[in-house]
Formats: sequence, C-alpha cells, structure tokens
Amino acid sequence: MGSRGSHAARIPDGDSIRRETGFSQASLLRLYHRFRALDRNKKGYLSRVDLQQIGALAVNPLGERIIDSFFPDGNLRVDFRGFVRVLAHFRPVDDTDSGMRDPKQPEPLNSRMNKLRFAFQLYDLDGDGKISRHEMLQVLRLMVGVQVTEEQLESITDRTVQEADEDGDGAVSFLEFTKSLEKMDIEQKMSIRILK
Amino acid sequence: MFLLLPFDSLIVNLLGISLTVLFTLLLVFIIVPAIFGVSFGIRKLYMKTLLKIFAWATLRMERGAKEKNHQLYKPYTNGIIAKDPTSLEEEIKEIRRSGSSKALDNTPEFELSDIFYFCRKGMETIMDDEVTKRFSAEELESWNLLSRTNYNFQYISLRLTVLWGLGVLIRYCFLLPLRIALAFTGISLLVVGTTVVGYLPNGRFKEFLSKHVHLMCYRICVRALTAIITYHDRENRPRNGGICVANHTSPIDVIILASDGYYAMVGQVHGGLMGVIQRAMVKACPHVWFERSEVKDRHLVAKRLTEHVQDKSKLPILIFPEGTCINNTSVMMFKKGSFEIGATVYPVAIKYDPQFGDAFWNSSKYGMVTYLLRMMTSWAIVCSVWYLPPMTRETDEDAVQFANRVKSAIARQGGLVDLLCSRCEPGSVSLAPERTASLGPRRGPMRDGDCHSCFTCETPELKEVR
Repeated sequence: MGSRGSHAARIPDGDSIRRETGFSQASLLRLYHRFRALDRNKKGYLSRVDLQQIGALAVNPLGERIIDSFFPDGNLRVDFRGFVRVLAHFRPVDDTDSGMRDPKQPEPLNSRMNKLRFAFQLYDLDGDGKISRHEMLQVLRLMVGVQVTEEQLESITDRTVQEADEDGDGAVSFLEFTKSLEKMDIEQKMSIRILK
Repeated sequence: MFLLLPFDSLIVNLLGISLTVLFTLLLVFIIVPAIFGVSFGIRKLYMKTLLKIFAWATLRMERGAKEKNHQLYKPYTNGIIAKDPTSLEEEIKEIRRSGSSKALDNTPEFELSDIFYFCRKGMETIMDDEVTKRFSAEELESWNLLSRTNYNFQYISLRLTVLWGLGVLIRYCFLLPLRIALAFTGISLLVVGTTVVGYLPNGRFKEFLSKHVHLMCYRICVRALTAIITYHDRENRPRNGGICVANHTSPIDVIILASDGYYAMVGQVHGGLMGVIQRAMVKACPHVWFERSEVKDRHLVAKRLTEHVQDKSKLPILIFPEGTCINNTSVMMFKKGSFEIGATVYPVAIKYDPQFGDAFWNSSKYGMVTYLLRMMTSWAIVCSVWYLPPMTRETDEDAVQFANRVKSAIARQGGLVDLLCSRCEPGSVSLAPERTASLGPRRGPMRDGDCHSCFTCETPELKEVR
C-alpha cells in the first residue's frame, strides 16, 4: 500500500541517528522527507548542486559557506546522517539535555559550545583554528556588501579583530571568539524550532 | 454445434443484452450530452457522494489514531519550521544601517554575532523553502481512499480497509475500462472527424463542422477522465486574433480548456499517435505545429505566431508560458516569448481540487502512460477555470513586465502563490523581493537547466502541447 510510507523504520539507521542528534521521531521524519525532496534525482545523497538549487539560499550572503559546512573534508556527497548531523546544531536547547547529561558521553550537537564552534567554522575558512584578519575581511565583505567602501571595510575589520583579540596575535582564536560572545544568547539565535 | 450446458444460449443472450444495455447507457448518458454540450449532473452527484465518504473515512482514521494515542501524520503545507516574521532583506538593512547614533562617521555597524542571523536563516531555507515545495505534489488533509495519498495506513481499521478495497474494485474494474473505452472513442472520432472535414472545401460550413467535431471529441475526453469542471466568467473567453495564456499543471489542461472553446494549438510535431492526431487536426483548421528544428529558432517561432494572430479569421492561440508542470499551488515565471508578439492576451487560471485525484504530472517521477493510468484510476478530476478580462501590453512596459502582470493576475484569481525566480542575475529580470542589487552578484556561473522558468537562462521556447 502506498509508495510514500513514512515510518522511522524506513529511515536507514533511524534509531542511531536519533540517538546521535537528539531529534524526535516526528522531526526526523520531516527532515527525511525534506532530504528526499531536495534529492531531485533520487540518488540517495545530496550534492552541492542540490543545495545550490534552493533559491532562498543563493540570496543569503553566507549561502556558499553554509553549503560548505555540509561537505567537510572535501566530500562531494552528504547522506541523510551527515545532513541531519549539521542540522542538529540548530536544535533548540531543552533543559533535559543539560541537566541529566552523562559527563562521559560526548556533548550533544546542539550544546552552546557546538553551536559556537559551528559559527566559528563559517568564519575560519582554512580551518587553522584562528580567524585571521583576512578571513574576517572576507566575511565582512560578503555580509556588509557593496555599499561600503574598501577603507571602511578595513577599519571595521580592524576594530572587530582588536576588540576580540586578547593575546595580540592579530587573529581571533576559538576561545577569544567564545569569550567575546559570552553574554550573547547563542542558544536562541542559533536555534530553529521544528513544528509538531 | 451442440450446447455443453443447457443454459448456454441463455448466457449468450444475457451477455448480448447486458452489452447492448451498457452501450445504450453509454451513448445516452455520455456521448450524446458530449455532442450537444449538455450535462445531466451525474458527475456532480458522484462528487457529493464521494465527499461524504471521504469525511467519514478520515473520521475513522482519527479515531483509530486517538486510540493509540498518536497523532496523524499531516504534512503541513504551511511549513516544517517556525519562522520569525522579519525577512532577510529587513535584517540586512538593519546590519547596514548607516548614520546611526553610535557611529558618527557613517560607518555601518558590525558585530561578530551578526553572522548568527544569516547562518540560521540559511539553515531554515535548507529545512524548508517555498520553491522546492511547489514541485512536489500538494498534500491533503483528509484521506481520499487512494493508497497513493495515504501516510497513516497503520491506523486503518477493518471497515476502512473493506471500503478501500471496494474503492479499488470500482476504480480499476468498472471505471477504468469505461474510461479507456471513452478515451478511445474520443480520440478516434477526433482523427476520423477532422480528416473527413478536411476534405470539404474551405468555407463557413467547414469551419462550423470543424468546430463542433473538435468540441465534441474534447468533451468525450473530458468525460473519459470524469473531469468535473466549473467555468467562471465565460464572457471573457478568448476571441479570434488573441492569445490565450494559462497556468500549467498537467497535459490535461489542454483538454479542459479546449472543451469549452475553439483554439488553435501550438506545439512541436511528434511521432506516433500524437503525430497522427496532430496531422488530422491540422486538416480541419489551422493549428501551428513546429518541426523539431524550428522550435529552437525563436524568431521563426515568433514570426509564425505573429502571422497567425494578425489574421483575424484565425482562431485564438492556446499557450502555456510556464514551461514546466507545477504542482498547482503556485505560478512560476512566464517565458516572455508569447508576450512579445503584441496581440491581446486572454489570461485563464486553472485550479485543480486535489481531493479527488491529483492532476499534477511530476515528469521526473512518472512517464506519460503511468500518469494517464493514474489519472484514469482516480476518482475524478475536479477543477475550476476562470476566464480573466483581456490584457494588452502598455506602451511603457516591456515583455517581461507584461508577462509578470499577467502572471500575477492569474495567480491572484486562482488562489495560487505568485513566485518569482530568485536565481537569476540581478538587473536583467524582475527579481524576488529579497534579491536586491545591494547583495552583489550571484556566486558561480548560471548553468543550463539550473532554472527552468527564467528568461535569461534558456531560450524562451513556447510550451508544447503534450
């Protein structure tokens, strides 16, 4: 009956993905349907082109970088597990996560630290663990755009790096990054609520 | 010849009588009304009965689900995620605010945390975006007893299964053969009729006959699909020398429109059965068929169409400018070719009710034959057709703006979402509201096939009649 069945059992490795990412059964199902909808040629995985087809993403200044985050280490394909693992960073933090967590288990993907790490990697293109001035300038150029002159861009970059940089090496490391954002409500800004 | 059973002759007689009765019924209730364009209202009654049954079925399923303390899986057409109301463009303006009270030298503000907003927005679109959704079939809130639209079959009770089984029996064993027979009749009558009419000398009589042959055959085809169509505003129907423009959901659109009006078709010459039909049709009245090689030549296409519309004795042309089948929840961009010709445009909005059978053709998923079979084994095809008042191009508009104006009118009337393609180079075509020149050029080159309904990417070819 029905070619569009929708059980969690139909999702390959559904249970282990659920444990790893913390998504509920219903949310995972939605995301699986979404994955299938994006996978136009029914290949079973997504390639860059599939994500680039999303018009609203092309408009986003960070579109290409966000797509890159799905393809770490030069991969050309992302399967459903990889897809959900990235999206899991944006799961809202609920109290059960932080309270009863077993310290021996790895941190859940949507913890504050991991959210920050995700954002950091959007800045840090070469993955050396530091946001250099050059990398900051590039992101700024993408986000602030054409209306601003080059000198203004440079001055904003310098100011931003200086404010965050504590050890004076001219680059922002991950710890400096986290420190400068410690008052920010990251949990709320980097969370997407999935409707029931 | 000796009889094996004493009842043999009786059986043969019964068979003969039932076939005759069936044939008479068919003739009286379906073909004769088709010829005269009258309707007995049988299909509307059928539709009402079905609706009652569907409502009951959904109630049973909900009850079943409640017993197990589960929720029915109802895919929300409204979206997967909770989005906040600020659009991307507004937020970008916020970030680039110049002349704020903090910065005296007009420098835009920037914080390290600004990245979070864009990051989240980007992820949101990956999880759920408007355009991709439009290409998968619209999803229903209540079950229509077709297994192809059911997501909750674990909640079906015995009674419901029996009902479903009955439905399958009726659809496949009774309706399907009936429909195939009707379709066959319709198509052969069309071919034969138009060929015969073609032998007559040109004149008023030939035109009259041709019109009625076409209409009759299309009406038979409409009944073959059990299409229940409601036409609105028929006073705005297209006239000679105009172009009729409609949104496109499936190949059936042609039959639906052509059964209520006499149009000249535009399309590519096909081989096989389609080719036979095309050749026959063109004998009776001047349709515009292009050879495969000619389709690529925009100027030739435009020239022939212009010639056709300028001849006031020729029929209005039927064109589907979208260029691809959309799932009937939205209207994608129209190709500008048809709007450059300069004739009066008569927009038509077609909206299908997916409750009885989903007419959307996902050409990447199903071939033509599979699609037709699906159509013929659904309950019915219910749709509404609105004829909108004619539009002409204003002196200060170009073809693209005109196309968009027509598209918006159609979308508004049909209750469809008016989508603009947001994938193109800025400045060359009208853009989605979020995509403004301030964001800079799109990254990466535009590839062929990336955008299937944009003006700048592909040669704007007119949608062929399938």
